[in-house]
Amino acid sequence: MHIGVDVGGTNTDAVLLDGTDVLAFVKSPTTDDVGSGVVSAIKTILEQSGTDAARIESVMIGTTQFTNAFVEGKKLVPVAVFRAALPATESVRPMVEFPDHLTRQIGTQSYLVNGGYEFDGRIIAPLDEKAVAAGAKDMKAKGIKSAVLSGVFTPINSAMEDRMAEIILNEAPDTVLTASGEIGRIGLIERENAAIMNASLCDLSHIVVNAFRDALRELNIICPLFVSQNDGTLMTAEFAEKYPVLTFASGPTNSMRGAAFLSGESDAIVADIGGTTTDTGVLIGGFPRESAISVDIGSVRTNFRMPDVLAAGLGGGSHVRDDGNRIGPDSVALDLLTEAMVFGGQTLTTTDIAVAAGYADVGDSSLVKHLDKALVNRAVDRMHAMVEEATDRVKSTQGEVPVILVGGGSVLINRDIRGASQVIRPEKSGVANAIGAALAQVGGEVDKVFSYDKIGREEAMEEARQSAIERAVDAGASPDTTKIVSLEEMPLTYLPAGAVRIKVKAIGDLAPAGEAS
Amino acid sequence: MKQITLENLPDFIRGTAILGTGGGGDPYVGRLMLQQELEKCGSINIIDPDDVTDDTLAVSVACMGAPTVFVEKLPNANSAIEGLRISEREIAKSFNAIIPLEAGGINATLPLVVAARLGLPVIDGDGMGRAFPEFQMTTFNVYGVDSSPFVITDDGNNSIIIRADTALRAERYGRPVCVQMGGIAQVASYAMTGEEIRRSCVPGTVSLAVEIGRTVRETRIAGETDVCTGLVNYFEHSNPPRFSRILFDGKVQDVLRETKDGWTIGEVSLLSETGADEMKISFQNEYSYAMRNGQLAAIVPDLIVVLDRETGEAITTEGLRYGQRVKVLGIAAPPVMRSEAALPIIGPSAFRIKEPFVPLEDLAWRDNANSA
Repeated sequence: MHIGVDVGGTNTDAVLLDGTDVLAFVKSPTTDDVGSGVVSAIKTILEQSGTDAARIESVMIGTTQFTNAFVEGKKLVPVAVFRAALPATESVRPMVEFPDHLTRQIGTQSYLVNGGYEFDGRIIAPLDEKAVAAGAKDMKAKGIKSAVLSGVFTPINSAMEDRMAEIILNEAPDTVLTASGEIGRIGLIERENAAIMNASLCDLSHIVVNAFRDALRELNIICPLFVSQNDGTLMTAEFAEKYPVLTFASGPTNSMRGAAFLSGESDAIVADIGGTTTDTGVLIGGFPRESAISVDIGSVRTNFRMPDVLAAGLGGGSHVRDDGNRIGPDSVALDLLTEAMVFGGQTLTTTDIAVAAGYADVGDSSLVKHLDKALVNRAVDRMHAMVEEATDRVKSTQGEVPVILVGGGSVLINRDIRGASQVIRPEKSGVANAIGAALAQVGGEVDKVFSYDKIGREEAMEEARQSAIERAVDAGASPDTTKIVSLEEMPLTYLPAGAVRIKVKAIGDLAPAGEAS
Repeated sequence: MKQITLENLPDFIRGTAILGTGGGGDPYVGRLMLQQELEKCGSINIIDPDDVTDDTLAVSVACMGAPTVFVEKLPNANSAIEGLRISEREIAKSFNAIIPLEAGGINATLPLVVAARLGLPVIDGDGMGRAFPEFQMTTFNVYGVDSSPFVITDDGNNSIIIRADTALRAERYGRPVCVQMGGIAQVASYAMTGEEIRRSCVPGTVSLAVEIGRTVRETRIAGETDVCTGLVNYFEHSNPPRFSRILFDGKVQDVLRETKDGWTIGEVSLLSETGADEMKISFQNEYSYAMRNGQLAAIVPDLIVVLDRETGEAITTEGLRYGQRVKVLGIAAPPVMRSEAALPIIGPSAFRIKEPFVPLEDLAWRDNANSA
């Protein structure tokens, strides 16, 4: 049996799964210390189902703690960046665009040294080891304990980042290191930014992951602990402690994967209608489609894998104006239960419209009886049109696909959706996030530029496939079930035909306890 | 005196993305480079070409190479300055101004970074009035400015000086050098006098980028009209006014894309909300021509811009995806870009397009006559 937990900003949800059966679930408040909320949620589902803690095989936790901490600029530590790149890249120093509230905590310390690679793997300059050592001494003197390793085209060859790590640890053995080539993709600044975010969270990740561990210990649950990543795969607790940034945006990912499970569809569009927004995304083979464009987090740009989610201003608390022609984007949000007309408030919201139109049963319907029928009809049309537009926008091709509606605001929709082969409203959709966490698999990915002229297409593809599979297995996947789920080839413009960027991703089931390496 | 400052930097960058007409490279790195310089120097002076004195000697600086490499091995201002110094030694004169090669994309930014470091002013004008893929596609070339010495430098300040009889030949010889330099190199070319600047540049394009960006921002805040309409209103009242027109409003239905001879070539199909009208836009790195219901709607060198319908942000050819809601804006190229001398170099035939050039306003007039 597995336990899935979703630690959100407001609620901590937990589910108990036996295979694919949901045995118990609960929603409880998130606590300041994180741990006690997790303990009480897990305790509740174990008691509900009468399950012995010894029967739990693994616990998977999804959390927004790290995203929130970075966006709010809380509990971050100072970071030093080592970039192997000179004489290239001198025109943009690290952290140029970081807002003041972040640099006040993270600082702007960086050491640019000679080094880095060309797109085809040649070196720009030999690594200046003396400069790295001098930087490490300076960093130590300044009391900075978290460092980022970065460099030009380091995703294609990690040797220089590895060497910098050795030199830094030699000078300052207590340093916590984040290698940018390990977590980001092509795009120096965005990859470096993702690494800086990660490095700034190193204290918090230690505290949070330990709180999770202590929670399990308190409950006498002795089993592997996993944390969900933003691409819908799992990482071990040890890995999460080193790479907290990989949890960013795992919330929408888990919600979509949970929706897929609850509805039994693996290729579908998921619209999560909340109080203020509708978040719409696409599931392909049970995984969310990734965003092709860069994503800003706390106004800092990154390029690491993120679910492609479109937010539209329609939720259960959205204001209705202009005789029903205009919905949102503002919402009464958490005040729905006092502000909306059906609850005796003064604000006309989408929930009031759904009640007045007779298809939602919330609050006191007599309080919206007086509403003009034409206005109600127009607003109902508009609400459906907004969901139709959102689902159509996220589609990657023409044609009809199933649409899964989740979230409290899904009561706003009662008609068919144009472009949808069917509309599915799964039960228990309130704990879709925790279910998504419990179902996650283990993955590994590679994003590298290869020269076909040098090693040939077949060999390049094989090398990329193998290294993606190795990464998945290293992360805890069982080798037998690990397979390639996506492979993209992108020839580089303005370069000779031989230069091609290959992106490969492998995914496998979690290896049973004892089998993982 | 017009200036680029930290305050108008976001407007300027947004404007250069729109003037990139679908290409020109990601302006993100350009913004960071310029932000870093402006934090040090405060402002960069922009000189109107009409105010340029005869003793002015300017040079263009630009990046050459693959936008996919630019995001990793970033454009390098120091190496661009080295190229400029080599050019000075070649012609035995000193430059006292910088002129941008392109008005759109990342090459609209690099000249400002170089100017900031050298304390030189930037000419309010450029050689393309938008973004184009190759170095000979400039009004500098059209109106007889010599592209040589064409100095290519890498990050390590290794350099190659090309002396070629035509700008096209300099481009052809320079491109393989750039690949050897790691897919990105800095180029100093088109050294020119004050008289040549006035004769050959597309005037006002640096301040135009700021104005376009400001219009997008203000229209968005006011929320009364959409961004595209805001831009049409702006061009109607700009000095001098420029004809512009919303060519299409719809969603992306299909994108065909291939890489051929180092170019991103393809076509995007758009469909109106009612499904009654369609538009196809061809691109060769930048958007090159647009057909509405089988009729020509706009063609290079006139500017074709695809904007996100809600935000008004420019969408590049690489960023096109099924389902995006877009508006397509056509903007008339200024007269210097449409002359008989200019069209063979930056008109349809330079992109192997069979359609002849027809000005945007004539196509609009035809359209109105047909529907009347």
